Amino acid sequence: MASAASVRARRLRAALTYANLTPFVFFALFPFYFMFVTSFKRNAELYNLKAVPFWIQTGAITDHYDFLFRRTEFLIWMKNSLIVSVIAMSISLVIAILAGYSLARLRYRGVGSFGTAVFITYLVPPTLLFLPLSQVVNWLGLSDSIWALVVTYPTFLVPFSTWLLMGYFRTVPREVEECALVDGASRLQTLLRIVLPMAVPGVVCAALFGFTLCWNEFIYALTFVSQSGNKTAVVGVTADLIRGDIYYWGSLMAGAVLASVPIVVIYVWFLDYYVSGLTAGAVKG
Amino acid sequence: MAVSQRALEAAGLGGGRGRLERLRQWREQEHVFGYGLILPALVLLTCLVAYPFGMAIYFSLSDYWVGSPGQFVGLTNYREILGNDVFRQTVQNSFVFTGFALTLKTLLGVWLAVLLARDVRFKRVLRGAVLLPWVIPTALSTLGWWWMFDSLYSVVNWTAIRLGLISAPGPNWLGQTNYAMAAVIIVNVWRGLPFFAITVLAGLMSIPREFYEAAEVDGASSRQRFWHVTLPLLKPVLAVVILFSTIFTFSDFNIVQILTRGGPVNTTHLFATLAYQIGLQGGNLGQGAAISLFLFPMLAMVVFLQLRYIRRD
Repeated sequence: MASAASVRARRLRAALTYANLTPFVFFALFPFYFMFVTSFKRNAELYNLKAVPFWIQTGAITDHYDFLFRRTEFLIWMKNSLIVSVIAMSISLVIAILAGYSLARLRYRGVGSFGTAVFITYLVPPTLLFLPLSQVVNWLGLSDSIWALVVTYPTFLVPFSTWLLMGYFRTVPREVEECALVDGASRLQTLLRIVLPMAVPGVVCAALFGFTLCWNEFIYALTFVSQSGNKTAVVGVTADLIRGDIYYWGSLMAGAVLASVPIVVIYVWFLDYYVSGLTAGAVKG
Repeated sequence: MAVSQRALEAAGLGGGRGRLERLRQWREQEHVFGYGLILPALVLLTCLVAYPFGMAIYFSLSDYWVGSPGQFVGLTNYREILGNDVFRQTVQNSFVFTGFALTLKTLLGVWLAVLLARDVRFKRVLRGAVLLPWVIPTALSTLGWWWMFDSLYSVVNWTAIRLGLISAPGPNWLGQTNYAMAAVIIVNVWRGLPFFAITVLAGLMSIPREFYEAAEVDGASSRQRFWHVTLPLLKPVLAVVILFSTIFTFSDFNIVQILTRGGPVNTTHLFATLAYQIGLQGGNLGQGAAISLFLFPMLAMVVFLQLRYIRRD
């Protein structure tokens, strides 16, 4: 009897947990569902106050997506985002691997202050520096091009990735490194052939976050680029799809959905890396 | 390398080999190698973070307009800003926005983390779903919220009216002062909650089970266990997350820029959106820089507390 009662108590508890989790999951996912549904609705249904907004009643259409591909520079924006994200992420990753290893493992004068400096820049919000950076970009002759973003994105990627990688480098046992050095490997060889392979999860993590942060970046991309053909996907959709008339919601939602797809795909594929990177970056730091 | 050394020896330049060897030995020294590796990062951060920061200070002390480098004007920009009603409104908005959003994120985040830490099925899927708002580009998901808060077709109002919670036509979320602030806070909480929940969850997982077992043996109820075991042990993680989120909530741009552009009548302007409007759209770089520099005291405080916390560790 006692065990039957405890089973019932456990079931009740589980039911309560799910009941409590449901509003959170609904809150988190509903906006995405709603954007998705909206992007397939006919305008007549979209702007009908009597229609139930939660699902599609008069048949799904792809007109809003057609509009994106035929009448806007959506594909160019996506291409720009891809180029900027991949290049900025790769450059930052190389710089951060070197810096992270140096800060985590080597002993020399000033290493502590360098670590602090990197940490401080990690906390500097982009919104503090976008005005002077827009001038720097001008002086470099990069204004209104995607290269303005390739140059400036490492300012937030490098501190973040360095900090993240430092945690991973610290987990590599010192003895392994010392063995390699005693065997006559140079320090650079030790880093590249011994330490780096052991920190691969950290590198993957930094690459994923780097790509995501670049793809999602908004204020620099909005400020430094004004020509439509040079915009990134996020800015192109938010700035260029809003036209004079009010009937643009369908294509706007279609753009938002499609421009999120690369991130969703990577996210679903590497979910565990995201979770561990998020907690490593914030908590270990 | 080996080839070139042999070539050098064949040419009777034995000294060259010695020089190469000496170079090798020089760069193998721990401090030389260490400085070498950190150099690219330092150059980047000096040129594109420290230098622009100095420029921001210089801009704020001059009447610098887009396209015309101005003259040094001392504290004029700051004096003008501080006398400006819109700026004062912005200061108030920033504190209201940050205060409400942080409180909600902390409370809901801890609650959500506790729920996720329980032994439930589909753990991975649940975590993945809950983390999604944090991963998707904020600017794009905010477009979805913009549509959900539309003045005419708001799904929020539609639902509330059908449920009999409000009478038609319902509030104009982004057009009425208090509702607009509530809307930007809701979206900020929606986006920031996953970060809180997942980090706190990691903190929860690191609490040894024995602590709970001991408390249970002592007859502590589940509520007592939460207040006397969980919460004190979560304090370090919570401190880091809250500090971190303070600076990034305070300096938020995307959500307000897309939902309200600071309106209605400037009641949702934050420092970043006001700096954008005045410095970039208005072209007054001097004042814009001065406004964004008001983010600095908050940043300095967070940095100070974070560093103290790390050092104590």
